[in-house]
Amino acid sequence: MAFEGLSERLQGTMTKIKGKGKVNEADVKEMMREVRFALIEADVNLKVVKEFVKKVSERAIGQDVMDSLTPGQQVVKIVKDELTELMGGEERKIEFSSKQPTVIMMVGLQGAGKTTTSGKLANLLRRKHNRKPLLVAADVYRPAAIQQLETIGKQLSLPVFSKGTDMSPVEIARQAIEHAKTEHLDTVIIDTAGRLHVDEALMQELKDIRALKEPDEIFLVVDSMTGQDAVNVAQNFDEAIGITGVVLTKLDGDTRGGAALSIRTVTQKPIKFVGMGEKMDALEAFHPERMASRILGMGDMLSLIEKAQTNVDEEKAKELEEKFRTSTFTFDDFLEQMSQVKQMGPLDEILKMLPGANKIKGIENAKVDESQMDRVEAIIYSMTKKEKTTPEIINANRKKRIAKGSGTTIQDVNRLLKQFEDMKKMMKQMSGMNTKKGKKKMGMPGLDSLFK
Amino acid sequence: MSFFKKLKDKFAGNTEAEESTEKYKEGLAKTRTGFTSKINDLVAKYRKVDEDFFEELEEILLQADVGFETVIELMDELRFEVQRKNVKDTSNVQSVISEKLVDIYQAGEEEINEINFVEGLTVILMVGVNGVGKTTTIGKLAHRFKNEGKTVMLAAGDTFRAGAIEQLDVWGQRVGVDVIKQSEGSDPAAVMYDAVRSAKSRGVDVLICDTAGRLQNKVNLMNELQKVHRVISREIPGAPHEVLLALDATTGQNAMIQAQTFKEVTEVTGIVLTKLDGTAKGGIVLAIRNKLKIPVKFVGLGEKLDDLQPFDAQKYVYGLFAEGLDKEQQMEDAESDK
Repeated sequence: MAFEGLSERLQGTMTKIKGKGKVNEADVKEMMREVRFALIEADVNLKVVKEFVKKVSERAIGQDVMDSLTPGQQVVKIVKDELTELMGGEERKIEFSSKQPTVIMMVGLQGAGKTTTSGKLANLLRRKHNRKPLLVAADVYRPAAIQQLETIGKQLSLPVFSKGTDMSPVEIARQAIEHAKTEHLDTVIIDTAGRLHVDEALMQELKDIRALKEPDEIFLVVDSMTGQDAVNVAQNFDEAIGITGVVLTKLDGDTRGGAALSIRTVTQKPIKFVGMGEKMDALEAFHPERMASRILGMGDMLSLIEKAQTNVDEEKAKELEEKFRTSTFTFDDFLEQMSQVKQMGPLDEILKMLPGANKIKGIENAKVDESQMDRVEAIIYSMTKKEKTTPEIINANRKKRIAKGSGTTIQDVNRLLKQFEDMKKMMKQMSGMNTKKGKKKMGMPGLDSLFK
Repeated sequence: MSFFKKLKDKFAGNTEAEESTEKYKEGLAKTRTGFTSKINDLVAKYRKVDEDFFEELEEILLQADVGFETVIELMDELRFEVQRKNVKDTSNVQSVISEKLVDIYQAGEEEINEINFVEGLTVILMVGVNGVGKTTTIGKLAHRFKNEGKTVMLAAGDTFRAGAIEQLDVWGQRVGVDVIKQSEGSDPAAVMYDAVRSAKSRGVDVLICDTAGRLQNKVNLMNELQKVHRVISREIPGAPHEVLLALDATTGQNAMIQAQTFKEVTEVTGIVLTKLDGTAKGGIVLAIRNKLKIPVKFVGLGEKLDDLQPFDAQKYVYGLFAEGLDKEQQMEDAESDK
């Protein structure tokens, strides 16, 4: 692609500065030019960029950099801190009403992802907050928007309140709130129609819905690919109906999501959730600190660890560690480990979260070939029980049979065997190290090299 | 002769063209308030065309999502042009900018902005990321083609998103055209196979195929799209005759990656720029045009059925600059009256 990522750009200049003993004004100036360029290419609004660059420059050229022992690190820290601050400081939680029901309004432009996000949010509130949500189909304009929400409700086994397209959205919302009260559903999520922020008639409709029962949250749903205009959209919605937070959607794409920075700076409203995929559980809390780290190329380790924790069985992890130490790790364990990794999500997504991964040339295009993983599985499945536990016995004849059985070549089998041995060696070393430090290990070193 | 005068002369006496020019002017009203009022302010602020003027102009373009690289290129060319034409007064610079923009959008006479209709069945494949307005665009296209006297059929190829098939179905009923569909979750390639077969046997003129929205970095989904494309061309050699990429005008620099990736996978033949009736400028299309040479074929200027208009670079740029150009024209007229 023609332009590099924000992190690559910053990393380039930062490495330069990192290697120096002292940073002078010219260095800072040069770096800030790169920062400016990168932020604009990342769709951060121009005004926001100017503000940011000014702030960082002031701090960077000031005392704390010049006198510090490692000036380079200091600058990196300042840029990261400012970025984090710009995106909202520490993470914030969702507001629930003490008076039932809690009302949440979803608003935004057409195609931002309000209906999908409504479903995801309901799912998340039920799972993590033990709420009983009611989805309200108040988009009477877009063809089949109501059916879309109904289908989502069915998928999630959640109630959907819909009255067709003949009733006004305000009346639908009013009845829905009543319905929630009688049915003891404690959270009402109103999916409103997409509208332009400059459409006065439709903005009035939102004000009318808001007037029914002051919503506890009004979420502006914004496409993370939005460009410079994000500022206008957020500002207009906020001025018209007063949003309480932002949900950033489609962040599983390859956009750099500068809109997040813009919206946050302009509205001062927190970004509460991010949409990370098409599945109904792909709504995650927004972590400004992690996002800033990610933008700066420090990787998204925290997210990765959290992902691993929810997916990796503690007991099994312990068991595995024992096996590493005693060198009784077999192909059966390997298969199991692989399926756990698979549960964490698409491999290329996981790879992207690793620190420095975005520095690897062409990582965007170097998609992890998951079919390669299937091939590895097939090879292992074609082994006998004995071969899996004692791979040393696999001779030429056995290799031939395994290759034939798995539809691969002898070379494939050879490669897997070699990599398996390397991995075992490495793991033994690492697990020894880890036990000394008393830390638990998660990943599998060398696993990545298997799928390249 | 000024840019506007040329445009006016071109469409004089042609009511249809004038009507569509009006649509552009109306649809771009909000876009214009941001973009051109800024340029007008700029012109008012700076009398002379100097470096400060260019710097501020650069910022206006960046805020329209044009993107750094293209802006810098454009500024260089503008500097050259201003020097060549010896423009000193900023009040004359608007038409220089307009002409430059039209140049980029048009890029050569031989380019076809119109839909490539063939003898017999023409297949149009609609692609794009999630939420850009593919299904809505298909509804409006069907309406347009039907009004032109063609028989139209739609294929509900978005079998993934909840309610997508129903959405296309509603459009089919509204416009009065048949929709070929299967159940949610079925193989989109199978739907296409079905659709192409029945379009052929029923002898329709145009088949427009909807596809599920997909982010361009999802390899599996892009492979699926490639398969859909392959199935269509296996049934009819040379088809799909058009692959239209729907782009949301509010999208920033990522639109460039979208255009590039979708082009690699499905040989995109044209862009439909949607949602231009907001305040977004869709400036990235200028960069896409400049870099990838994909022509813009339609623009969405509003929610009404006939608000999808064939793209016309001159009308578009006129829509952007309408007020300023009108003023310039008045000044010119007043001058010649003297």
